[in-house]
Amino acid sequence: MLRLEKRPQPSRALSLSTPLIAVVVTMIAGGLLFAALGKNPFEAIRTIFWDPLFGEYAFYYRPQLLVKGAPLILIAIGLSLGFRAGIWNIGAEGQYIIGALCGAGAGLAFYPSDSVFLFPFMVIAGALGGWAWGMIPALLKVKFGTNEILVSLMLVYVADQLLAKMSLGLLKNPEGFGFPGSRNIADWESATSWIAADYGLHWGVAAAMIAVILAYILLNKHILGFNIRLSGEAPRAARFAGVNPTRLILFCLGTSGALAGLAGLFEVSGPSGQVNIDFAAGYGFTAIIVAFLGRLHPVGILLAGLLMALTYIGGDIAESQLQLPAAAIQVFQGMLLFFLLALDLLTNYRVKFAIQGAA
Amino acid sequence: MTGTLLSISGLTKAYPGVVANDTVSFEIQEGEVHALLGENGAGKSTLVKMIYGLVKPDSGTMAWKGGAFAPSEPRVARATGVAMVFQHFSLFDALSVAENVALGMENPPPMRDLATRIRDVSENYGLPLDPDRTVGDLSAGERQRVEIIRCLLQDPKLLIMDEPTSVLTPQEVEILFKTLNKLKAEGTSILYISHKLEEIRTLCDHATILRLGKNVGTCIPAETTAREMAEMMVGDTLHTPTRTANEGGEVVLEVKNLSLSSSNPFGTRLKDISFEVQAGEILGLGGVAGNGQDELLAALSGEAKTESQAVVVKGKAVGHMGPNERRELGILAAPEERLGHAAAPDMSLTENALLTGAIRQKLIKNNFVNWSETISFAEKIISAFDVRTPGPASAARSLSGGNLQKFVIGREVLQDPEVLVVNQPTWGVDAAAAASIRQSLLDLAANGAALVVISQDLDELMEISDHFGALNEGRLSEIRPAVGLTVDEIGLMMGGAHDLEDAHV
Repeated sequence: MLRLEKRPQPSRALSLSTPLIAVVVTMIAGGLLFAALGKNPFEAIRTIFWDPLFGEYAFYYRPQLLVKGAPLILIAIGLSLGFRAGIWNIGAEGQYIIGALCGAGAGLAFYPSDSVFLFPFMVIAGALGGWAWGMIPALLKVKFGTNEILVSLMLVYVADQLLAKMSLGLLKNPEGFGFPGSRNIADWESATSWIAADYGLHWGVAAAMIAVILAYILLNKHILGFNIRLSGEAPRAARFAGVNPTRLILFCLGTSGALAGLAGLFEVSGPSGQVNIDFAAGYGFTAIIVAFLGRLHPVGILLAGLLMALTYIGGDIAESQLQLPAAAIQVFQGMLLFFLLALDLLTNYRVKFAIQGAA
Repeated sequence: MTGTLLSISGLTKAYPGVVANDTVSFEIQEGEVHALLGENGAGKSTLVKMIYGLVKPDSGTMAWKGGAFAPSEPRVARATGVAMVFQHFSLFDALSVAENVALGMENPPPMRDLATRIRDVSENYGLPLDPDRTVGDLSAGERQRVEIIRCLLQDPKLLIMDEPTSVLTPQEVEILFKTLNKLKAEGTSILYISHKLEEIRTLCDHATILRLGKNVGTCIPAETTAREMAEMMVGDTLHTPTRTANEGGEVVLEVKNLSLSSSNPFGTRLKDISFEVQAGEILGLGGVAGNGQDELLAALSGEAKTESQAVVVKGKAVGHMGPNERRELGILAAPEERLGHAAAPDMSLTENALLTGAIRQKLIKNNFVNWSETISFAEKIISAFDVRTPGPASAARSLSGGNLQKFVIGREVLQDPEVLVVNQPTWGVDAAAAASIRQSLLDLAANGAALVVISQDLDELMEISDHFGALNEGRLSEIRPAVGLTVDEIGLMMGGAHDLEDAHV
């Protein structure tokens, strides 16, 4: 019989290597899945992991890696702060949408002005929008003790409706021949977030890098980061250490909301280009996976975000070239999180083979 | 009474480092309420776990109606007719009462029949309970009823109740006692574990008293005074107090009419507590666990805020301040629960040193942590208090209880407190470590700090305190100089009988 025994110390070697093991196990299990679907598993795995980076058309896919990875990383960094403290913001998708709406709205209000202040203004508006959307569950939790998981999740659907309303109404392009969606922001010189579209570089990529660095400093050097970790690990000890839980909830939900809002703003004014009904592509939800895949560590999230982006791009290629069903790709991505969380157990526990009946 | 239901002879159970039960023998008659009385750690829980088949005795035998009885697991004990209501409920909040009851049964009947049976039993025994209600909506008392009814449906011959009234309101206690008396009248025996003396006096026919794992006596509670029972619980081999009280020092800590409702629904309300501690004085506070110790520590450490005038330190009202503001003024505390309260289990000793040391040791500059100074503070604690660990990078949970306790106490002592409040400073710590912790507290007092030591170890309190008081149901007894206190008087203070003093004496 298998028995789990708690390790006195979390194993450092395993905590570093389990993400890699999880990727390998996912490849094996995913390979079996693809084989069961009648596809060549080796070709499928190569298409997903190798082709986007080193294949024939890699010059096209590599910039995509940044474009898809940046919002994931930016959002996941924000979420990881709360997750570390045991504050569960599941509604980043909603904060992402509201950030995009506020940022785009703030810019479009001045169309077609040309000002160097326009883009920074939009950035602030986007961050504030996401922050405000994140403060709704935060304030409700602080004042009435509501569950932030439910409230933040429900607000995603409210944001979705607002997005539809805005792309069909207030923000609709007046010169758009009645098509839903706003003016194209990406082509508008002083409002675009693109720095170098050919290389996939936009301000969101820069923001994601800055967020990784700042989060690293916050968690490792700053007392607030210590308090965040302490609250997640031992809430009672945190109160004993004088941590104010209310302030922490407001900070974590506010920050993750603001970062998600920023991600939305950079996306709407760059890669996506306009406010549209199907603007929300699920980055806010995938970022939850990214945060955990990166073990809530800023550097880990950076790597996990890129890996996740890779499976997205590779998955798209596999869908079109190998006719793999989209659902199979999603299962594959789900496996990754599943195996990571399952293997996580090993950092804190040792598996022992006990003699039957002895337990 | 028709005969002996369960007879226990010579039961012994040892755990590494501690003998939980040492040749305990007693008998439970059919149709009686038998009390098992003792302080925390006296071995009550281990004993009933052996009867219920959860723990196997090392030696000794049990006999059920004359036949051998050695349950290998709870299922066997239940089949024989033993049922147990635990102190902590095992119920699922999201399920209904009937579903919860069904989960605990070997062969649950169809849900409709079960609901009817639950209704019958609950009406029969005066325990109103609707089988369709969701457990999450029930009060603590109602939850206990679910557990009791779950037991009654098995038609037990012996019902074990582990501190059933600790979560009940006085009205609920009254209902429970009626039910228990009805059960008794029907011939069911009840083994009733408690440390509330008055309760036992009203309810129980016989009492067996445990101290340090040994059966130290039996009595008929109705004919014994609370004081006598308390004396048996406490024992008469108390350490004689050695410290004389210094009167006339500067009053450092002053608590005035402190009342506080607990943040924990099972907690104890503090009621109108007042005391003073002078510089260089150690005030020892005894009392059985769960009588407000945690709450008092929280009120003094700043985890629970009170009216600002309720806690005054060196003339400054601090009741409204949080833990860090108080630390700045030199008011430090070490809570009872090491893992999860005094220390974060998965964090390193360095991080745990920062946990309370940040303010006074100036380990933070402009909100950034000075890790190298934090590490040297942790190393200082480790060497000064002889904490056995590979180094400050070890996780707190990897330390043994005694070593972590030395770290936790050392962390506060080395910060040079004006006021130090500790709860159970040597709980679960081996004798040598306990002695060094006590010595460090004595040294601290000698240097002019005011100490409040909350403990359940009376020997410890007698050794180090110069004044003594006891907590009972959130009230504090009169504070008296420790020198000259007799066991008799201590038992009285602890048993909450200080109100009865006038009536009896």
